[in-house]
Amino acid sequence: MTYQLSRENQHSKISFQAMASPCEVLLTTFDQSLIKEIAETTCSETRRIEQKFSRYVKNNLCWQMNQSHGQPVTIDQETFQLLNFAKNMYQLSDGKFDITSGVLRKIWQFKPQAKPPSQIEINNLLPLIGFEKINYDEITFTMPEGMEIDFGGIGKEYCVDFITNTITPICKQHQINFLVNFGGDLSANQHKDNFEGWKVGLENADNPQLADTVIDIKQGAVATSGSTKRFFEYQGKTYSHILNPLTGKTIEGGPRSVSVFAQSCVLAGSMSTLALLQGAQAEDFLKENQVKYICCW
Amino acid sequence: MQLNKKVKLSVAEKLALAATALMSGATGAADTEDVATESKDNEWSFVGSVLAYNETDRVQAVELLFSADKQYGDAGNLSLKVVLDALTGASASGAIPQPTVQTFTRPSGNGQYTIAAYDTPLDDTFRDGRGQFNVSWTDAIDQDSRYTVGSNLSKEFDYLSLSFNGEYARDFNKRNTTLSAGISFAFDTVTPKGGMPIPLATMVVDQGQFATRDDFLTAFNATRSATEENIDTTELLLGWTQVVNRQMIMQFNYSYSDVNGYLTDPFKVLSVIDNNAQTQSIVYENRPDSKKQHAFFALGKYHLDESVTSLSYRYVTNDWELDSHTIDFKWHFYGDNNTFWEPHIRFYQQTAAEFYNTYLQDGQPLPEFASADYRLGDMDAITLGIKYGFELSGGNRAEIRAEYYNQTPKANGPELVAATKGLDLYPELDAVFLQFTYFF
Repeated sequence: MTYQLSRENQHSKISFQAMASPCEVLLTTFDQSLIKEIAETTCSETRRIEQKFSRYVKNNLCWQMNQSHGQPVTIDQETFQLLNFAKNMYQLSDGKFDITSGVLRKIWQFKPQAKPPSQIEINNLLPLIGFEKINYDEITFTMPEGMEIDFGGIGKEYCVDFITNTITPICKQHQINFLVNFGGDLSANQHKDNFEGWKVGLENADNPQLADTVIDIKQGAVATSGSTKRFFEYQGKTYSHILNPLTGKTIEGGPRSVSVFAQSCVLAGSMSTLALLQGAQAEDFLKENQVKYICCW
Repeated sequence: MQLNKKVKLSVAEKLALAATALMSGATGAADTEDVATESKDNEWSFVGSVLAYNETDRVQAVELLFSADKQYGDAGNLSLKVVLDALTGASASGAIPQPTVQTFTRPSGNGQYTIAAYDTPLDDTFRDGRGQFNVSWTDAIDQDSRYTVGSNLSKEFDYLSLSFNGEYARDFNKRNTTLSAGISFAFDTVTPKGGMPIPLATMVVDQGQFATRDDFLTAFNATRSATEENIDTTELLLGWTQVVNRQMIMQFNYSYSDVNGYLTDPFKVLSVIDNNAQTQSIVYENRPDSKKQHAFFALGKYHLDESVTSLSYRYVTNDWELDSHTIDFKWHFYGDNNTFWEPHIRFYQQTAAEFYNTYLQDGQPLPEFASADYRLGDMDAITLGIKYGFELSGGNRAEIRAEYYNQTPKANGPELVAATKGLDLYPELDAVFLQFTYFF
C-alpha cells in the first residue's frame, strides 16, 4: 500500500486510499522518522484488516466464512470479538442491524433506474437472513448454506479505532496530537496541551448539507452513516438504501445521514447506524441516548 | 460490578461496553484510557491450589498454595504467594540392600531403624513440613522497559532459605523482541537435628557394644562436627523472547549459578562393602563445597488453528559433571464451553556426578568426595500428564492436573563388585501427582 506524506502549516499528513475511501492521519509533528514509522504501521494494519474482513477479497477469512457451505470455519480472536460486537448490535437493534443481511443486495440495487424487488423475491431471501442462525465460539464459526456475512457495517470504524489504539503509545510518548480520518469516520487523541483542535469538514462527498459542516475535535471520535448517493426513485417513490432485514424492505422517512460524536469510532458508527434504522424516529433515539449528533434530513 | 448497580442501561451505554470489549483484545496498549485504568486498578485476583503427591512406598506430600495478585495502574503488579507442604514417608538413604536385616542409627542420634533383607534402605526421619512466602513487585520504567524485584523466605524444620532477586526487561522491535537480565542471591542455613556428620565418618550403630547410653552418645558425637552450616547462591539470568510471527513465539534463557557452602546432604550415607557385597560399615557422604552451573533453555510455542503446542529443551551442566537434558512437550486443546485439555510428556536424562558411587569398596582408600544419593546418579525419567481446565457455574476457572512420574536410575559403568548382582541397587521410583487449582 502506498502512502503520501505532506507538510501542512501546523501538522504533517499521511494519506492513502483504503476501504473505498480516502484515508488520512494528521500528526502534530514534523519528525520524519516518527511519521514514517506511524505511516507504515497504519498502512500495514489497515491493509491487514481490509484483506482479512473485506467481502470483496477472494480467499480471505470473510470469503471462507461465506463459502463454507454449512461447514465449520476456524476463526481467530479478532474475528470472534467482531462477531460478538455484531451480536450486540443485532440484539440492541432488535434484529435490524444484522451482518447477515447482505444477501438483500442481490435483489436491491441502489442505482438510478433500478426497481424494487417483488415480495416473492424478498420472501425467497428472508430465510437466509438472521444472526441467530449463526453458531460460533472462539474457535469455530458455522453458518447455514446460502447465508452470507458482511463486516462492512463495522469494519471501517473498527479499523479507525484499531489504528488509534496502535499509534497512541508512540504519540503519547512524543506528545503528538493526532487525527485518524477514514472517509469521514474519524478519531482524535490529544497528548499535548494548548491545542486548538482539528477542524474537520464532514465531507460526506455527496451530501451538501454535511459538506458545509466543519467540526472542531481534539479528543474522541465521529462517524457518519447514510449517504445521498445510494438511493433510487421508482414510480415517484424514493427508496433509501437502509434495509430492514426483518422485512427485506427499505426503511423510509429517516434522515439522509447521521453523524454521532462518541469516545470511540466503533461506538459513534454503531450509534449512527442504529439511529438510521429507526427511520423517522432517528432523532428521538439519539436524544434519548443523550449523544451528540448531527442529523441531515 | 458497576453494571449491576444500574437499573437499566441505555442503548448507548450498552454499545459503549460492547465497543470496549471489541477493542480490548485488539492491541497491546489499547487507549480509551479512562475506561481501561478504572477497571484495572485495585483488583485483587487469587489462585488457590492443592497438590497431592505420592511416591510408591516412599514419600507422600500434600501442598497448599495460595497466591494473590494486585494490579496498580497500567503496569504495577504486586504478587504474594504462600506455599505450605506437609510431607511424610521415607527416602532412600544411599545405603545398598543386603541379604540380611540392616540396622541404622537415625541422623539425630536418637534411636535406630531397621531395614528388612533385600529392601532398599529408606531413612524414615523425613523432613515433615515446609512453609514458603514469596513477594514480588513489577513495574514499568518507561514505555518499553520494566523491572521486577522479589524476595522469598522458605522455612523447614532444619532449613531456612532467604533470597532476593531483581530483573530488568526491555522490549525492542515493536515489542516483538524482549531481552531480560536478572540476578538473585540466596542465603540458606542448614541446622539438622543431631548436627552435621564429619565427612566420610563411619556411622556408629548401637549393637550392644556400649555399656551405657552415654557411651553411645560419646561415640556418636565423635562423628559430628558443626551444628549449623550455610549455603550462599548467586545466580545470573539472561533471557530473550521473540515473537516470530502471529502463530509462533520463541524463548531462550541462560543462567549461571555459583553455589558455595555446605552442599552435602547430612542425611545421606554410603555402604562400604567387601568383595562378597557384604556391608562392612556405613559412612556419611561428602560433597564439594562449591558448584558452578550453567543452564540453557529453549522454548517454542506454536499456535495451531484450534490448539497450542509448546516444546522446550533444557540442558544443565555443572562442574560436578552432572549433566542433564529435559525435553518437555505440551499440547493445549481448546474445547467447548471454555474448557481445555492439555496432555503433557517430559523426558529427562542425567549423567552421574563425578563423585557418585553406588557404594565404596572396603580396603580401598576413601575418596575425598563421595555420595550414593540416587539424585546424583545416572538416571532416566519420564512424566506423563494431563490437565483439564473448565469454568465453574459462578464464572471462575478451575484446573485439574494428573501426572505420572517414573524414574529409572542406572549404573554409571560396570559393577565394581560382581557379588552385588542379586541386590536391587537401582530401584525404580514411581510417583503420582494430583492437583486442583482454582482461580478467583
